[in-house]
Amino acid sequence: MLHVTILCMSARNSFIEHRGHLPMKLITAIVKPFKLDDVRQALSDIGVQGVTVTEVKGFGRQKGHTELYRGAEYVVDFLPKVKVEAGVADDIADSAIEAIAKVANTGKIGDGKIFVTNIEQTVRIRTGETGDEAL
Amino acid sequence: MENQIFELQYALDTFYFLICGALVMWMAAGFAMLEAGLVRSKNTTEILTKNISLFAIASTMYMVCGYQFMYDGGFFLSGVDTTGSLDKAAVLAASAENGFDGDSVYSGASDFFFQVVFVATAMSIVSGAVAERMKLWAFLLFAVVMTGFIYPIEGGWTWGGKDVPFLGALDYSDYAGSGIVHMAGAAAALAGVLVLGARKGKYGKDGSAQAIPGANLPLATLGTFILWMGWFGFNGGSTLKLGGIEVANEVANVFMNTNAAASGGLIAALILARLMFGKADLTMALNGALAGLVAITADPASQSALMSTIIGAIGGVLVVLSIVLLDKIKIDDPVGAISVHGTVGIWGVLAVAIFGDASFGGQIVGLLAIFVWVFVTSLIVWLAIKAIMGIRVSEQEEYDGVDLSECGMEAYPEFASSKG
Repeated sequence: MLHVTILCMSARNSFIEHRGHLPMKLITAIVKPFKLDDVRQALSDIGVQGVTVTEVKGFGRQKGHTELYRGAEYVVDFLPKVKVEAGVADDIADSAIEAIAKVANTGKIGDGKIFVTNIEQTVRIRTGETGDEAL
Repeated sequence: MENQIFELQYALDTFYFLICGALVMWMAAGFAMLEAGLVRSKNTTEILTKNISLFAIASTMYMVCGYQFMYDGGFFLSGVDTTGSLDKAAVLAASAENGFDGDSVYSGASDFFFQVVFVATAMSIVSGAVAERMKLWAFLLFAVVMTGFIYPIEGGWTWGGKDVPFLGALDYSDYAGSGIVHMAGAAAALAGVLVLGARKGKYGKDGSAQAIPGANLPLATLGTFILWMGWFGFNGGSTLKLGGIEVANEVANVFMNTNAAASGGLIAALILARLMFGKADLTMALNGALAGLVAITADPASQSALMSTIIGAIGGVLVVLSIVLLDKIKIDDPVGAISVHGTVGIWGVLAVAIFGDASFGGQIVGLLAIFVWVFVTSLIVWLAIKAIMGIRVSEQEEYDGVDLSECGMEAYPEFASSKG
């Protein structure tokens, strides 16, 4: 019993020690535009406070469509999507990914992708804080 | 007492000219918005600059010499009475002589004002056809010649009542200018487009037309609505007077028929585009409305509303076919100006011989006189300007957009920062 408690305590202590030095992940989610609000809400629910949103065009395996302009046919390969970027601390990265994937899923082709990359450094411009405390 | 009524009639006719002239001036805004909506965003500033500048150039050149060439109004309007030298007794005598049903008597300045806005309309037809690849100053230089000389000469042969060399007086009926204004503008545009060439990438290796979609369809639609409304002044003012029951009825007919023709043109073009392309094409519908307006311009007074709708609808069908045909023969017209104003302008003039009381011979001779004069002189001027300064921007400039090369100013700037 004691062993377990000590194990838990040291795990908790190392958790506390590492606060401020947690690795950081950049979560980049490309989702369908009408899912933006859902994604934003889901991230907010798990404690992610800041996101950057860009309107983008893209395609994966989803094919484009043809349009007509004054009798001339043209192909639109690039479909409108929304890119949501959030820098998160490593400890909540998995739940963030799970949250996004859950709400952005429609089951239909073109739902999008989530990319996860490492962040080397983060700085809060107003205060100069760095590391995961700046997230 | 009688003199007071003549004074009132003078004032009313003058007022009518001024209001209609103001409506036609507003068409310049319509053209500007229509064209701005149908070009790419990187070429928007330049086309707006062209549109508003050509209006100013037309107003100036017509004052300098155009009005003289067309109506003997005197260079720099020396022949136009102002209030300073007004001989009121003579004016009242002229009113009495003409009576309420005869020629209207009105202020000379109002006549100039009404005429000058028509010059600007003819010139602005050219700006859409040559969009996205012409040098701005080459265009403005052409505008100086077109508004000061080319248009006034053929206007003089028709509305001015002057004899055409070798042909004598024309037997040509064109109420508000389907041929004199619209086809003339299209002829100048056609000459320009032939010298200029198509936009890069417009026609593929196999010759098929590539779509180059316009950047702002709300503007294009707004422009069409503005033109539609302004056209009430364009056709309505061409009645040239308002006093009296008969004339008032004529004016009312003109407004009603103008609207009817636009409606017919739009519906016909919308349906035809739907049949040909599978979807409703807004840009074709817009061109269709304008085609209807052009078609009725040669005779908006004597037809019934139903006939006007049909005449407009035929214009709407013709414009869609013409746009497709011009692309097939690789004449690149980004906004369809040559089709709307040229192809349908011809139809409008011939329609008067079919449905009205003009003669086929008279209409055709008139059309030929206008077309040959405007096309040939325009061709010469375009080639001359090409030799002097070139008329087409370089390939890189065309790629980057003429907003940057000709105006140094983006229409929709992003990420602009100050230099210092």
